[in-house]
Amino acid sequence: MVVETMAREKPSFAVIDAIVHKHNVQPGAVIPVLQEIQETYGYIPPVAIERIGENMGIPASEIYGIVTFYGQFRLQPIGKNLIKVCHGTACHLSGAERIAQALALAVGAEEGETSQDGQFTVERVACLGCCSLAPCVMLNGEVHGRLTPEAINKIVSQAQETETLTPVE
Amino acid sequence: MMVSERDKKNGNWVIKVGLASCGIAAGGRKVYDAFSTLLRNKGLNAELKQTGCMGMCYNEVLVEVSPPESGPVFYRHVTPEQVERIVGEHLIGGKPVTEWVIPSDEIDNLLAKQRRIVLRNCGIIDPESIDDYLDAGGYKAIEKVLHNLSPQEVIDEVTKSGLRGRGGAGFPTGVKWGFARKSLGIQKYIICNADEGDPGAFMDRSVLESDPHSVIEGMLIAAYAIGASEGYIYVRAEYPLAIQRLEIALAQAQEKGFIGENVLGYNFDFNISIRQGAGAFVCGEETALMMSIEGRRGMPRFRPPFPAQSGLWGKPTNINNVETLANIPWIIFHGANAYNIYGTEKSKGTKVFALAGKAARGGLIEVPMGITLREIVFGIGGGTSSGLEFKAVQMGGPSGGIIPASLADTPVDYDSMTETGAIMGSGGLIVMDESACMVDVAKFFLNFTQDESCGKCTFCRIGTLRMLEILDRITDGKGKDGDLELLKELAEGVKKASLCGLGQTAPNPVLTTLRYFRDEYETHIYEKKCTAKKCQALITYEIIPGKCPGCGLCAKYCPTDAISGKRKEPYFIDLEKCIRCGLCMSVCRLGAISVY
Repeated sequence: MVVETMAREKPSFAVIDAIVHKHNVQPGAVIPVLQEIQETYGYIPPVAIERIGENMGIPASEIYGIVTFYGQFRLQPIGKNLIKVCHGTACHLSGAERIAQALALAVGAEEGETSQDGQFTVERVACLGCCSLAPCVMLNGEVHGRLTPEAINKIVSQAQETETLTPVE
Repeated sequence: MMVSERDKKNGNWVIKVGLASCGIAAGGRKVYDAFSTLLRNKGLNAELKQTGCMGMCYNEVLVEVSPPESGPVFYRHVTPEQVERIVGEHLIGGKPVTEWVIPSDEIDNLLAKQRRIVLRNCGIIDPESIDDYLDAGGYKAIEKVLHNLSPQEVIDEVTKSGLRGRGGAGFPTGVKWGFARKSLGIQKYIICNADEGDPGAFMDRSVLESDPHSVIEGMLIAAYAIGASEGYIYVRAEYPLAIQRLEIALAQAQEKGFIGENVLGYNFDFNISIRQGAGAFVCGEETALMMSIEGRRGMPRFRPPFPAQSGLWGKPTNINNVETLANIPWIIFHGANAYNIYGTEKSKGTKVFALAGKAARGGLIEVPMGITLREIVFGIGGGTSSGLEFKAVQMGGPSGGIIPASLADTPVDYDSMTETGAIMGSGGLIVMDESACMVDVAKFFLNFTQDESCGKCTFCRIGTLRMLEILDRITDGKGKDGDLELLKELAEGVKKASLCGLGQTAPNPVLTTLRYFRDEYETHIYEKKCTAKKCQALITYEIIPGKCPGCGLCAKYCPTDAISGKRKEPYFIDLEKCIRCGLCMSVCRLGAISVY
């Protein structure tokens, strides 16, 4: 599983440059570079956009265009836990909206937001592909299925109790 | 779903745990670990294996236990706590724990109408073991190709099989390969499109997670046929397990000499790289996909030139979907005539479907083309899980349409599906019962395509938004006379004036629901009612005093504090504050909340 480890430190040119050099041997490397930047920092820091541009000879505006085109990239840091709420067809039919509502109530953040205490970022995703377990969410890379509003509360409180720095995605 | 030859030879008990994403999400790894610990502690000589998707997703976690001398037994909904009894009573005592076993007639019912070609190894082999794949006849087809067949002969065989692109468009695969072969160029590319973006679809994920080598072998054969030396697998980043298993498979294939320079000692080089999609639905469209590999915004471009003439970096390129490629080794190995006996005159072979939604027995199925929807929904899917009446199926995701129960006898083939206004699509098949509101479903899909439109074509960008506004209005109880006519006019405009498949098909869910469920739209508009009780603006929640014991659970979950009352007395919903989210109804165990 691809694990995106949360680095709390500030983005550094050394790290960004190393990522660029690792991928820049192949053509069309800018997307893999951005993916690894996000794996490293949990988001795309604005400073990285300029640095990648300088390194790869691509205008920063073009990279910004790529970042905003693809749904995977975020320009804001995320909280300690990342919850993706599935809104696929099967989940929609089995009440994904209610799950989202219960989740918002439990963590204090709507979809697209991070809770004020920085504990949870909630994202809305199109489909996690676990349709037979609908409705489902993904918490830090792990799918939880056949959910009820009560199960959501349990998952959230378990995550709150876990003190370790959590891998996400 | 059977024991491989190699397993039998060892004369051991074999235990297989289904560890594709669904199995893992249901807790499969913990079950696997529990078996592993217990077998070690007891010193039992049984072989514990992981496998991919067994296709019976509604039963996850699934465990297959095969005694050395007799056929396998399948356990369902297995938890780590149950492992001790299974080992004790079945492996040691010799008697299956019958109350946890899936009855064999249920399995027979599931399989009776299926024919597993693409899924031939899924749920049987360990997807992380190339030896398992080889034992199942893997890489025999590429060997046959390199040894005996010219590229043109390979193309002829695929053409003869009648295989059509399984990504949804249904273009004949052999013909497509022929175009790429005829294109001049030293450098050509093969791309495997694994950017499975339809919500409600998980066929490609399951194949990649359960049998990655079959896709790699399919790519090798395609590469040989068109003369390509490089390949890309473009797979969604949302499928981490599929990516991981592909990486393992590629490393193994390289080590064994199936990919790299001089494949199997022949004058044929082929390398494969993985590219992760970055979350754009439109990248499932082939020209957009290539843009994305090139490191640009994935926006479709005008065709011609077709990818076969000018594709990735301007070079001739052939793009096939995962399922198409997974068919190829079987077709080459068994011959086109073994494949084209299945199916109808114009749609040959089999099709994989992700059966989901309100199906009682949802899962990954593979059926011969020409089977009816009814046979799938009732014969394999077992009807609805809710017990409510079967209302419709949704085929083909956001590009597809909704087919009503009255057309359940329609055969599943490309042409019949298109006639209904839906499409065959890539294989998402969502069963809906009476609780589904058709206006809401149409809005759901349009919301998705509207959001995923790349923005290049005006009709797709703005037309879908205007359509969505009308649907919002209707579900909000503000629909007015003329809305449906306007909706239809816009839908036809978007279909005609969009460049790529996304825009051309985006109105399908709206058009099919208008065609088959117009009365439901009209009830929303003229009577301000949602008969399925789904549209929030048109429904009211109420606590039934006689049934409410006053536990207060609903009040605890109400996000707007609309529910109040004294404990042990019936509670009350303040309709002014109520946002009709229905959370109270979900949590009430006594059915004390009604909706009308």
